[in-house]
Amino acid sequence: MDANNVLEIRGLNVEFASERGRLRALRDVDLTIPRGSIVGVVGESGCGKSTMINSIIGLLAHNATVSSGSISFQGEDLLQKSERELRDIRGQHISMIFQDPMTTLNPVLSIGTQMIDIQYRDQIPKAQKKARSIEMLSRVGIPDPESRLDNYPHQFSGGMRQRIAIAMALQAEPELLIADEPTTALDATLEVQIIHRLKDLQHSMGCSILFISHHLGVIAELCDFVIVMYGGEVVERGTVRDIFHRPSHPYTFKLLECDPARIAETTRSLPTIPGEIPNLAKLPPGCIFADRCERSIGLCREKIPPSTEFAEHHWARCHLAGEVSST
Amino acid sequence: MSDTSVKAATTEMPGAWQSLWRSLKRVLREPLGALGLVLVVFVIVSAVGADLFAPFEPNKIDIRAKLQPPSAEHLLGTDQLGRDIFSRVLIGGQIALKVSLVSIGLALVIGLTLGLIAGFGPRWLDNALMLLFDSVRSFPTVMFALAVVTLFGPSLTTVMIVVVITQIPIYGRMVRSQTLALRDAEFILAERALGAGFFRIIGMHILPNVVGPLLILASMDIPFVITIEAGLSFLGMGVRPPTPSWGTILNDGYSYIYNTPWPVIAGGIPVILTTLGFTFLGESLRDVFDPRLRKEI
Repeated sequence: MDANNVLEIRGLNVEFASERGRLRALRDVDLTIPRGSIVGVVGESGCGKSTMINSIIGLLAHNATVSSGSISFQGEDLLQKSERELRDIRGQHISMIFQDPMTTLNPVLSIGTQMIDIQYRDQIPKAQKKARSIEMLSRVGIPDPESRLDNYPHQFSGGMRQRIAIAMALQAEPELLIADEPTTALDATLEVQIIHRLKDLQHSMGCSILFISHHLGVIAELCDFVIVMYGGEVVERGTVRDIFHRPSHPYTFKLLECDPARIAETTRSLPTIPGEIPNLAKLPPGCIFADRCERSIGLCREKIPPSTEFAEHHWARCHLAGEVSST
Repeated sequence: MSDTSVKAATTEMPGAWQSLWRSLKRVLREPLGALGLVLVVFVIVSAVGADLFAPFEPNKIDIRAKLQPPSAEHLLGTDQLGRDIFSRVLIGGQIALKVSLVSIGLALVIGLTLGLIAGFGPRWLDNALMLLFDSVRSFPTVMFALAVVTLFGPSLTTVMIVVVITQIPIYGRMVRSQTLALRDAEFILAERALGAGFFRIIGMHILPNVVGPLLILASMDIPFVITIEAGLSFLGMGVRPPTPSWGTILNDGYSYIYNTPWPVIAGGIPVILTTLGFTFLGESLRDVFDPRLRKEI
């Protein structure tokens, strides 16, 4: 593993045992997060984003198994760690913020209690922990943080709660922050504020961020690298410039076309990708996107395309990779 | 709120007292809560100090003074054996509170533990515990009590055993359903993602969410238990005579209800007052324990 990378996922396969049979939720997922960078993950609902995050932090559902692959964090394979060792990593070295700030804080405890309690690993006096919480709150932009420590989550607005969640997650200065659609539940102006705040914090702390979002504009604004997921596979990954300007997988291409921000003329019906997402219990023999792909050729329905690096730092899982971008 | 009180509240002991004081003020702010608290304090004080306040020895028989109406000497009159009913009501309050507080406390602790186990444990254990709870619940309380009394003989301990066994499922079920709902709550997942362990999740995050509703349930359960004790004693299956209890006072008085109604009234009023007091208190406690219901911004 490259020492410059905080996280490296190689060939990750995750399966769920379900009543419908084996669900292959993640197949051969590769992901690299270079130190100090922001990596964005895009993909529609059910494409495996959450499963990927949960495998990183070791909180997969009970019926899930990792059948192969590795997740190296700072050179150590997280999949080989015991629950105890993982718990020491969570919060200290890998932190997470969630989608809905209305539900990610305990409603019956004041935020001060929660922020101080989660520092339980540090052997420092409570006053010092409190001071750190106050400092974190002011860094995320909570006005008058000292008196607000005593408030309960319901006394804050959604945007403020998301800041508090960010403050809690960054308190221990982790090397990696996983942000699972942190702005989806917020309105547009708050979204911009939170994004800028995250970027500032990332700069000053030097941590890396794995940023999951539906919002292509946010990804373009915030991220250095992007991976595009579809049906449990990483169909394309590369720098943010490559993905947005030289998309090489037909799915990425379609996804960008559907972004309302990119549509030139006024229309009543937004563009969609025809077809449905594949059934993970009954996978097609060939490319996962072949059914919905306008460019599919005979080979696409027979053989799973390998992930190929057709340009520097730019991978795509398509038999036609490198050709699509030109059109 | 002053700045200093805010600072103190999250830190050491003075803060704990301060938040207790603040909770108390919240109870007192509601008229019904205040009334409930006053009634409960009144009942507790009169029971604790019963030996001091009682003008007569509660079991002293004075057959010449039997069934006397309330007077300056006998505030609530006397019963068929000439015993002072006021003294008997006071001492009876001790028994009522002892039975209700001890047995509810026990049932609460056991129910809480079993409920957490059922909510967090494996599916088979959950099913087994639920089956147990439902089996116990399926017996009517009084029938169950009759069976237990037949086995062990009538005594205060038997009443308490009956209460504990029949009340455990109520607390257990509630804690279980709360735990199940909380277990998959996003803030629990968030805490786990920040490195909180199993016991931290239970102690810091599940318990405070469960304990509020649980204490409310318990405070409303107290009157129910007092009536069970009174009922069983009335049926002759609780406290043995001559020990005074509100139930035995009712039982003694009810044969003479047409000519001398005061023993029945004297035995019934404390039951009613205690029931109302704990119920009101319980309802106002609900608002105190759930910060979301406080209507403050």
